[in-house]
Amino acid sequence: MEIIFQTWPWYVSGFIIGLIMLCLIYFGKTFGMSSNLRSLCSIAGLGRKVSFFDFDWKSQRWNLVVVAGAMIGGFVAVNFMSDPSNVAINSQTIEQLAAMGIDAPNGKLMPETLFGTQIFDSPKIILILLVGGLLIGFGSRYAGGCTSGHAISGLSNLQIPSLKAVIGFFVGGLIMAHFLLPLLLS
Amino acid sequence: MKNILKYIIVGFIFGIVLTKSEAVSWYRIYEMFQFQSFHMYGIISVAILTGIIGIQIIKKNNVKDSSGEPIIIEDKEKGSARYWLGGLFFGLGWALVGSCPGPIFILIGAGFWTVFIVLFGALLGTYLYGVFKNKLPH
Repeated sequence: MEIIFQTWPWYVSGFIIGLIMLCLIYFGKTFGMSSNLRSLCSIAGLGRKVSFFDFDWKSQRWNLVVVAGAMIGGFVAVNFMSDPSNVAINSQTIEQLAAMGIDAPNGKLMPETLFGTQIFDSPKIILILLVGGLLIGFGSRYAGGCTSGHAISGLSNLQIPSLKAVIGFFVGGLIMAHFLLPLLLS
Repeated sequence: MKNILKYIIVGFIFGIVLTKSEAVSWYRIYEMFQFQSFHMYGIISVAILTGIIGIQIIKKNNVKDSSGEPIIIEDKEKGSARYWLGGLFFGLGWALVGSCPGPIFILIGAGFWTVFIVLFGALLGTYLYGVFKNKLPH
């Protein structure tokens, strides 16, 4: 039973994620999380102003149900299946982060520096989270998918457009992690 | 009702796996982009490998979906600019806040309330794409 609390190995996790994608195909659907952002915009009534959101979001309700399930899964995993040994990242990574003023994980999934409630005293961190989200939302819709839609679903179906998008994801990620993030947090 | 249940269960497993594999962790994404661990690369590669094999089996055997219809997986639209540029924007955001759309929801469910700011930003970004869609190269 120990394995339930430890960090799940990559080969087990990757395999289950692959099965989840196949399962949704078997249900006649596709695996893609960012589409839900478009549905939420549509539910908020933005379809009246912008035609992109004027679509039948009800046909996408199943995906919102998947999201609801995922949220419950996150709640259960964090509250009943975690252990102080979790998030054992590379010690060199921890040192690098310390130099940028970011606290070590010590079993936590998210750094306090960026996600603790004290950020409400820091307009800079709030702005970082907001802009990060904005890039994710804008980029995933522009590219027509995110990690689930392109990296997993698209590459599994050997799609060249998805390969271009995934290369884009990594180029953007490397620029941010190596050049911009140190500047932003200094 | 049964329909809702199967999607809840799939989502529930997805939420647990992404949390327990720590793919939702900001730290793991940072570590991945620093090439300091194989963990995330392993997860993504095995997921794709499983998917490739599964989809080949589905195609070779003309597997029907759960309602008996033939399974048709649509090809992604052709194009270049939207994939390179959209991908680039997405990657910048992914490495900044350490989460992609799935984990944003999972983390909020897990009680990381400040991630609501990221979700709000993501909705705003999606809205802006809708507004400027016709002016962008695709």
